[in-house]
Amino acid sequence: MRAVIEVEALRKSYGKVRALEGVDLTVPEGTVLGLLGPNGAGKTTIVRILTTLLEPDSGRATVAGLDVVDDARALRGVIGLAGQFAAVDETLTGRENLVLVGRLYHLDRAESRRRAEEVLARFDLLDAADRRVAGYSGGMRRRLDLGASLVGRPRVLFLDEPTSGLDPRSRIGLWELIGQLVKDGTTLLLTTQYLEEADRLADSIAVIDNGRVIAQGTAGELKARVGGERLDVMVAPASDVMAGAAALAPMAGGDLHVDPAEGRISLALPGGPPTVAEAVRRLDAAGVAIADLSVHRPTLDDVFLALTGRVSEDVG
Amino acid sequence: MTGPGGRSSRTVWSHTFSDAMVMTRRNLLHYVRVPSLVIFSTITPVMFVVLFGFVFGGAIPIPGIKYLDYLMPGIFVQTVAFGSIQTGIGLAEDQQRGIIDRLRSLPMARSAVLAGRTLSDCLRNLLVVVLMTVVGLLIGFRFHARPSAILGGLALVVLFAFAFSFISAAIGLSLDTVEAAQSAGFVWVFPLTFASSAFVPVLTMPGWLQAFAKVNPVTITVDAVRLLFQGQAAGTQVVRSVAWMALILVVFVPLSVWRYRRA
Repeated sequence: MRAVIEVEALRKSYGKVRALEGVDLTVPEGTVLGLLGPNGAGKTTIVRILTTLLEPDSGRATVAGLDVVDDARALRGVIGLAGQFAAVDETLTGRENLVLVGRLYHLDRAESRRRAEEVLARFDLLDAADRRVAGYSGGMRRRLDLGASLVGRPRVLFLDEPTSGLDPRSRIGLWELIGQLVKDGTTLLLTTQYLEEADRLADSIAVIDNGRVIAQGTAGELKARVGGERLDVMVAPASDVMAGAAALAPMAGGDLHVDPAEGRISLALPGGPPTVAEAVRRLDAAGVAIADLSVHRPTLDDVFLALTGRVSEDVG
Repeated sequence: MTGPGGRSSRTVWSHTFSDAMVMTRRNLLHYVRVPSLVIFSTITPVMFVVLFGFVFGGAIPIPGIKYLDYLMPGIFVQTVAFGSIQTGIGLAEDQQRGIIDRLRSLPMARSAVLAGRTLSDCLRNLLVVVLMTVVGLLIGFRFHARPSAILGGLALVVLFAFAFSFISAAIGLSLDTVEAAQSAGFVWVFPLTFASSAFVPVLTMPGWLQAFAKVNPVTITVDAVRLLFQGQAAGTQVVRSVAWMALILVVFVPLSVWRYRRA
């Protein structure tokens, strides 16, 4: 597959602060790359360089074959950007915002209106189209902002933390919309602090820390490095803990810890959540009663812990 | 390939123009949508004309000229100087809200945001100047000149506002917040307008202040407009005033564009 985004040895400092310390990335056409990392890791700097808002100190980056420095203006014609803060004009209506962006892509008036209508319909904003954005909810603003980035029918879309600060319902709604875009073949680079978001939307994930890519792979590959899902079982009475551990050991792949005082068994679930039933059957067959049981999914903290040996400071 | 890279220079110019018009229209829509913006940007000048006219009108005798006729050009220039702060505030607001980031990621002309802002502010100033003239005439201000000189004086005020809005733009784009842009505006506009011949003759000031007031572009422009409105020979003052504006534009247009690119 042809690479649409190519980044080589990208470096950028703000004064003494080194934001990027040699980043390499490749995004094949029609795929989604998720940049995962805590605040201040350098994700936004990468997006700002790739969208020509910021010039790199050294290194090379191209989008659709266009250099971010030498071909900046042409590059801006083939990309769309939606940022961390919904960058829409509150005083204008939703429709006016979209037509404005269309006009600035140098579409004529009729075509700008047609595209605005298309985006409003797709993003379920037709009812609010002629109301001022000042009265929109947070979720509606994000949808409009995302819509504005699509008016120019970009080949490559950049979304910088598209769902940060949204309530869970709006977040899931936005994920569905982004998922549809990706199905249509748009190449997407998205930054996020949420492993779940990267997992759901991205074909490939690059974990960024201190201005470097510290790991790259599919969600599955990264999870495997983190250790995947874990099962926590509390047995009652606590004295049965060794019997329970013996029953579960064959399915844990050697990764099983016991806390005899609490009666807790923690084990890896190499087969994922579907194997929980097997664990329950094994305990039942051994006559061990379950007081509590939970499946623990790997979080960004787990990824960081596994990759860097420390918990990320910004993600709670 | 007929991509943006292969555009003729004529297309580039027509895009540059249409981008500036699109941005101007967007800014003017703000005035239509937010009545308080229009009300405050017109009430303040009217208040200046009426209050300064009546409060100072009888108190300051200036030989050879009715004080209201002396004062009005000063009020005009002072009002548009304060109005130019709005340019920086508008840009700081767009920056704070991420709108400048979005615009900079679009294939539009990089000059369009600044051009659109200063042009729409120029139109607002034109309205303000016409309004102040009408109110001034109502309270007793009179022109003593041919229409061409009057129009020339009014045009000089608008040109002055245009030049000052670029100082404000460069400052607004260098600051992160609307509040900072607002406070910063007063810091440079206040001394310039008050240490000038806008309200009193420069000769009444202490020597060190006179030295500043005499070269102050506000003094030079106010004097030029005053002479034009009085139907007197204004050539030298007009040339000096226009030279100041040219200098301001030569320095602050590139500076604002540079700040915009780094925003």
